[in-house]
Amino acid sequence: MSENATLIETSAGATHMDRLLFGDNQFFGVNHMSEEKARAQAMRFQNLDAVLAVLDTAYDEGITTFMCTTHERIAEVAERVRSNPARYPDFRFYPCMPYAHKYADAVTEYGMLGAIRRFLPDEGMMNAMLRGGSSIAKKDAEGLITLLVDAEMAAFRGLSTPVIWLQNVVVDLLLGLGFTEAFVIFAQHIKKRYNAEPGFITMNLPLLLDALEKAGIENPLVCSNINKIGFRMSGGIEGYAEALAGRTCRAVAMSVFASGAIPAREAIEWISEQPNIQSIVFGASSQANIRSTKQLVDEFSGTRPKRER
Amino acid sequence: MGLSHLAMIKAHPDVQVEAVVDSSGYILDVLGKYTGLATFTDYETMLESVPLDAVLIATPTRFHGPMVRAALERGLHVFCEKPLCLTSEESQQLAALAAEKGLVTQVGYHNRFVGAFREVKELLDAGAIGRVTHILAEAYGPVVLKSKGTTWRSQRTEGGGCLYDYAAHPVDLLSWYVGAPIGVGGTILGSVFSENTEDEVFSTLYYDNNVSAQLSVNWSDESYRKMTTQITITGTAGRIHADRQEIQVHLGGAAPTVQGYEKGWNVRYTTELTENVWFYLRGEEYSAQLDHFVKRIENADLDGINSFASAAVTDRVLELLTIDAEAGPATRDAEAVVAAAAPAPRRGLLRRR
Repeated sequence: MSENATLIETSAGATHMDRLLFGDNQFFGVNHMSEEKARAQAMRFQNLDAVLAVLDTAYDEGITTFMCTTHERIAEVAERVRSNPARYPDFRFYPCMPYAHKYADAVTEYGMLGAIRRFLPDEGMMNAMLRGGSSIAKKDAEGLITLLVDAEMAAFRGLSTPVIWLQNVVVDLLLGLGFTEAFVIFAQHIKKRYNAEPGFITMNLPLLLDALEKAGIENPLVCSNINKIGFRMSGGIEGYAEALAGRTCRAVAMSVFASGAIPAREAIEWISEQPNIQSIVFGASSQANIRSTKQLVDEFSGTRPKRER
Repeated sequence: MGLSHLAMIKAHPDVQVEAVVDSSGYILDVLGKYTGLATFTDYETMLESVPLDAVLIATPTRFHGPMVRAALERGLHVFCEKPLCLTSEESQQLAALAAEKGLVTQVGYHNRFVGAFREVKELLDAGAIGRVTHILAEAYGPVVLKSKGTTWRSQRTEGGGCLYDYAAHPVDLLSWYVGAPIGVGGTILGSVFSENTEDEVFSTLYYDNNVSAQLSVNWSDESYRKMTTQITITGTAGRIHADRQEIQVHLGGAAPTVQGYEKGWNVRYTTELTENVWFYLRGEEYSAQLDHFVKRIENADLDGINSFASAAVTDRVLELLTIDAEAGPATRDAEAVVAAAAPAPRRGLLRRR
């Protein structure tokens, strides 16, 4: 852990979160600005060693938390970290589940129930089948949700996963449907079974905070696009400003640079002035970008309002 | 019923969802149990028992016709997923019925709500690249990557297949940009993996005023992470290339002045071309099209984007492509035995053999 990393004591008491987290979009050909750039990244990171080299760079710069999807390839990263405890004593994963594409593809191909059946966990298959089967029969969301979470978490066994996130595709689907009970089921399972803190990624922060409050989830950990130009902030930048200032929550800001539309210094300076921003998650592929982002965040960290409790 | 449609429309501040219909009782029971929605397994029963202003239809394509008709006959506004119908005749009849009843109709060609594709339309309307000569319309993605599939999407008879499910999108963009073609040729509906439908679509489309287009679509391309639709337009004064993320415009010396653009290359990204929506699920365009539908109902606007009449044009093109593909090659090696079958003999020494 670098000397400069800022540690925040959260209301939950147990969870320390670094100010700067490393994301994984760049590794999987996700780029919200350009298809060409996305493809170039997919080519570059086809080889796992290229991914690990960038993760090593970030780790050595003091960015030791990797906020990642539960993409199949992340299992290989997890395995590498697991087998080198001396190299990565402080490495933490913040898994974001589910990796939606594999489910969406399966739903297209097998239909809704067929898809669910395909994603039962490997371990304890009989048990899982019984649990999943009876959940399906009883229309019991709790059994099904916890089962899918366990399947996604299998790759991280034995690793540090202090925060576990529900991806925006699922959060926002449930939010739109009004299926808020699922948030509670997820949160309770994450706390109970993994002794970790549940987090919710969303593209609709103001609406989600309303729903989480109604569901009784207090001071939630949320992650959303938060950037100076209001890019992909549903409810508008004013709605976000109100929500961040007026609500009890801890926010992780993503897309702070709006895919490169905002100059780095301007972007970090702005986000540092917003209240209730716990951390910033960013993706980068070069040592220069990783280092300069870290330096900017360290530089502006001293100036941010102390609204966190 | 589409779950994501339901999530988006249910979150709309001006809309109250009264009922949900699906043939799967299981999904309905889960929805009813956890969201309190009124649920039905039978569409007609629902229509008879619930007073409504509008319906949103997201079913396999072959059900669209009868469901849309039933709604229109009851005086309901209709949003229907694309393509509208499996025959353009039925689409035209439904468009006529809606017009007669003064009802708002819309089809889910969401690309018309993508900032970059909308910018293309505005540039074309402004004559930015001069006279359009050619359009290349493409779509690629990883939908069918092996030979077995069990849902309706693998059955041509249900409106599944790359033509109706995938190529419909770039075809509809062509309809938007240059209207209805006068004819099509050289169409290929090829199979890569599917047994009962096509996985790739290629064709040439002919338009008035010597405009042509080529269509290149493949939904069995694993090299794409997700569906990618691209449009490349060549004109006498410039060139436009657009996908969901960005628009690249080259304006030549002959191009007129276009506000916000300069001669040479111009690149604009989704970050500046996209407006926030009230609720985001899969992309702003999916929310924006539903909002457009709602606003049109509020304003009694019958001629908005993606009306049934506009979708019927696209359905006709899909039909033409199907007919043309049956015909196979227009010029066959085995039949065009003698060079004399070629154009009328030319005078002079340059006559072709």
